[in-house]
Amino acid sequence: MQDNNMKETILRISGVDVLKCMRCGKCSGTCPSYDEMEYHPHEFVYMVEKGQIEPLMKSKSIYTCLSCFACVERCPRDVEPAKLVEAIRLAVIRQQGQNHLKPESIPELLDENLPQQAIVSAFRKYSK
Amino acid sequence: MQVTETKEFKPKIVAFCCNWCSYAGADLAGTNRLNYPADVKIIRVPCSCRVNPMFILRAFQRGADGVILCGCHPGDCHYTTGNYFTRRRMALLFSMLDYLGIEKERTRVEWVSAAEGAKFAETMNSFVEAVTKLGENKRLGDLRCKVK
Amino acid sequence: MQRIGVFVCHCGTNIAGTVDVHAVAEALKMEPGVVFSIDYQYMCSEAGQNIVKDAIKEHKLTGVVICSCSPRMHEGTFRKAAASVGLNPYMVEIANIREQCSWIHKDKQTATEKAIILGKAAIAKVHLNAPLTAGTSPVTKRALVIGGGIAGIQTALDIADAGFEVDIVEKNPTIGGKMTQIDKTFPTLDCAACILTPKMVDCAQNDKIKIYSYSEVTDVKGFVGNFTVTIKRKARYVDETKCTGCGECTEKCPMKKVPNEFNLGLDTRRAIYIPFAQAVPKVATIDPDYCNMIKNGKCGLCAKVCGAGAIDYKQQDQFIEEKYGAIVVATGFNPIKLDNFDEFAYSQSPDVVTSLEFERLTNAAGPTAGTLLRPSDGKHPHTIVFVQCVGSRDTSGCGKPYCSKICCMYTAKHAMLTREKYPDTDVYVFYIDVRTPGKNFDEFYRRAVEQYGVHYIKGMVGKVVPQSDGTLKVQASDLISNEQLHIDADMVVLATAIEPDKSARSLGTMLTASMDTNDFFTEAHPKLRPVESPTAGVFLSGACQGPKDIPETVAQAGAAASKVIGLLVKDSLTCNPCVAHSNELMCNGCSACEKVCPYGAITYMDKEFKMPDRTVAIRRVASVNEAVCQGCGACTVACPSGAMDLKGFSNSQIMAEVDAICK
Repeated sequence: MQDNNMKETILRISGVDVLKCMRCGKCSGTCPSYDEMEYHPHEFVYMVEKGQIEPLMKSKSIYTCLSCFACVERCPRDVEPAKLVEAIRLAVIRQQGQNHLKPESIPELLDENLPQQAIVSAFRKYSK
Repeated sequence: MQVTETKEFKPKIVAFCCNWCSYAGADLAGTNRLNYPADVKIIRVPCSCRVNPMFILRAFQRGADGVILCGCHPGDCHYTTGNYFTRRRMALLFSMLDYLGIEKERTRVEWVSAAEGAKFAETMNSFVEAVTKLGENKRLGDLRCKVK
Repeated sequence: MQRIGVFVCHCGTNIAGTVDVHAVAEALKMEPGVVFSIDYQYMCSEAGQNIVKDAIKEHKLTGVVICSCSPRMHEGTFRKAAASVGLNPYMVEIANIREQCSWIHKDKQTATEKAIILGKAAIAKVHLNAPLTAGTSPVTKRALVIGGGIAGIQTALDIADAGFEVDIVEKNPTIGGKMTQIDKTFPTLDCAACILTPKMVDCAQNDKIKIYSYSEVTDVKGFVGNFTVTIKRKARYVDETKCTGCGECTEKCPMKKVPNEFNLGLDTRRAIYIPFAQAVPKVATIDPDYCNMIKNGKCGLCAKVCGAGAIDYKQQDQFIEEKYGAIVVATGFNPIKLDNFDEFAYSQSPDVVTSLEFERLTNAAGPTAGTLLRPSDGKHPHTIVFVQCVGSRDTSGCGKPYCSKICCMYTAKHAMLTREKYPDTDVYVFYIDVRTPGKNFDEFYRRAVEQYGVHYIKGMVGKVVPQSDGTLKVQASDLISNEQLHIDADMVVLATAIEPDKSARSLGTMLTASMDTNDFFTEAHPKLRPVESPTAGVFLSGACQGPKDIPETVAQAGAAASKVIGLLVKDSLTCNPCVAHSNELMCNGCSACEKVCPYGAITYMDKEFKMPDRTVAIRRVASVNEAVCQGCGACTVACPSGAMDLKGFSNSQIMAEVDAICK
């Protein structure tokens, strides 16, 4: 399965050159959210290179990435996997009606320990 | 009524080749019997950085239709850094020539290694084709020298 | 006016098949200055050469044009022929009508026309040729080797073996370099000290070799065959000629807390020290940063115990000047600093070590006397994680973009030796790729896996976190099983990238030897001249040119030595006569040419000129050192006044060719 149009879009949004990856796996070695992810940072890079975007778009991994940027910080080749995750997430939520977080679902998620700021940034991250 | 040219246009092309890479590449094209037009005449220079912009101006002045400069690939220069000078000098010269009306297609810098006989022939073919398409160069030509 | 002879070669049918050679000879006869023109079957044959020689004599030719194959093929042949009958060899020009004409064109008429034009261009050039004489310069029959590691030692021994004097300049108190710190060598596992120290002793005992230890090169002047080098002999506060190396002082010195650089700071030494037992020269050195006597004049114990009276607290740095014919750079490498790799906790835990530190921890002469113990608590480690490519192949700017080449092999060696000595230890190696291109290298690596049970895991360590119980939590990825691993390790060993020694950059500037962006010296040709620097007379040995293992270093050291010997056996050097020269009357001393010269061949001098009004004016003019100039011509184009020109390829000659072609 290959979608070159989508691949172009992802590469354009993220500004990442996936061909720089030398497959060392340091991104996945450093990822704190590894066990929560179906596809891991190094797989994002590899699958985008292969044009396999759709499985990534359907995966929950794009929401479990913490955007901590540890992979970006430690990648020896400057590939920046987190930016790919970000780009795929954007590609999903930019579609009509694909907001991952809707205002009406907020009340049930709320608990008193959740800071206001977290909700704001979650909206930035998960909604158009 | 259309005037048909009686004679096919044959451009005059001067190629400067550095002794260590491109001249050897041209030799290799010959050894492999790779064809390119006879309009190309090669002048051997020790290094592409030996080519003074003056030489190129002189060629156009004397009626050349295109000038091509070949050197070692960047990083492979026999004299370590010569082709870097070439690259910068020619970028300046060619943009000036373009301003003067000598189309960018008439001038070219190419990196041809001693192993790239095929590339040399291809380069010359495409360059001659490009120059032929443009026709005779009338700019810069010294009118007093015209023999016709 | 030149008297030019034209000789057109048939080259069997190679040329004559597509070019009407007779017509070419006839047409060129009409050119101005041509007094003789002939075509012949094989011009390069003896009979052909005789035709050329006879014609030169008979027609008193002053210039010769040969229309034949490429000058790269037979230019030398015809120049020699011309020289044999008294014509200056540089009055011969070749028109390439084979490779660049007959072989590429099929139509006889086109090819003949082109051949005539090429012939005319060559004639136009010959008109402006001037006889050139290759200058000579004498050769100082002595070599300098900068750096006394295995590369420098091997080069020096080989040069001395050929009977030439050679000096080694080493910045440390002893020669031996990195190899002295290594325990075993891959892939044969023989002990490094056992094979190196005899060579060090050979150096010391060879009367052709002079060792300047604890010294640095501070200035280089001159050119191939005639270098003048200033060497700074740093004050070691011990008279080298008197010290017997008994070691009495190093035991009595009260200053015990000096980090021992030989053991990479894993233990301590005294302020007066001999780096290790087999040091050459075996002479004590006082570290002025720690010695109380030098710092505040209180102590002097070493002077009291020294039976030889070798201690001299008043010693000063000395500068000596020596002359050399050739210089070999053998400055070697160092592991990089790990400041940019905090994720591996190198600065946080003493149990995270570099591979070189690991060598010391397993070396019988090291701080633990060869027993592998954790630096933090002196206990046996039971789980060791090796991380490869730390700082290598890193284009993010934190490390080095190249592969350090030796790490895969020494990591396999470390892992194997650990498993052999301590079979109860779990050893993990995290790798990106295992690169083992070398004789018996891959077999060695496979042995580590198959016989010694080292766990090789494809993946990279993401982070190392020191725990409160003294273990190290290693988080890594296993790309093949696609899982994240968490290993509780006792020790982590980082296969740290290597970089050229810090002194290389300034040395490169002194020598005008070119370097790449990583500060490795570049070779004159990447394939065909791998041990020579583009700067004539400067040769490269060992890791200063690129990462290398010991066998490669020794091979390159020998090659560099043979090149040096090849240079030193000559009594004088013949220079390439096609060099730049400056017209002093036109030069305005602007320095534009000096800046583009890759060889540093251009210098400036103040010269007196007699002016028309009988006064004398002093002007700064460029002058080209013909022994150093390689004749690239970069300066000729940079010169704004047109004073700089290149012999053999002068502005007017090339213009004449252009004119002839465009006519």
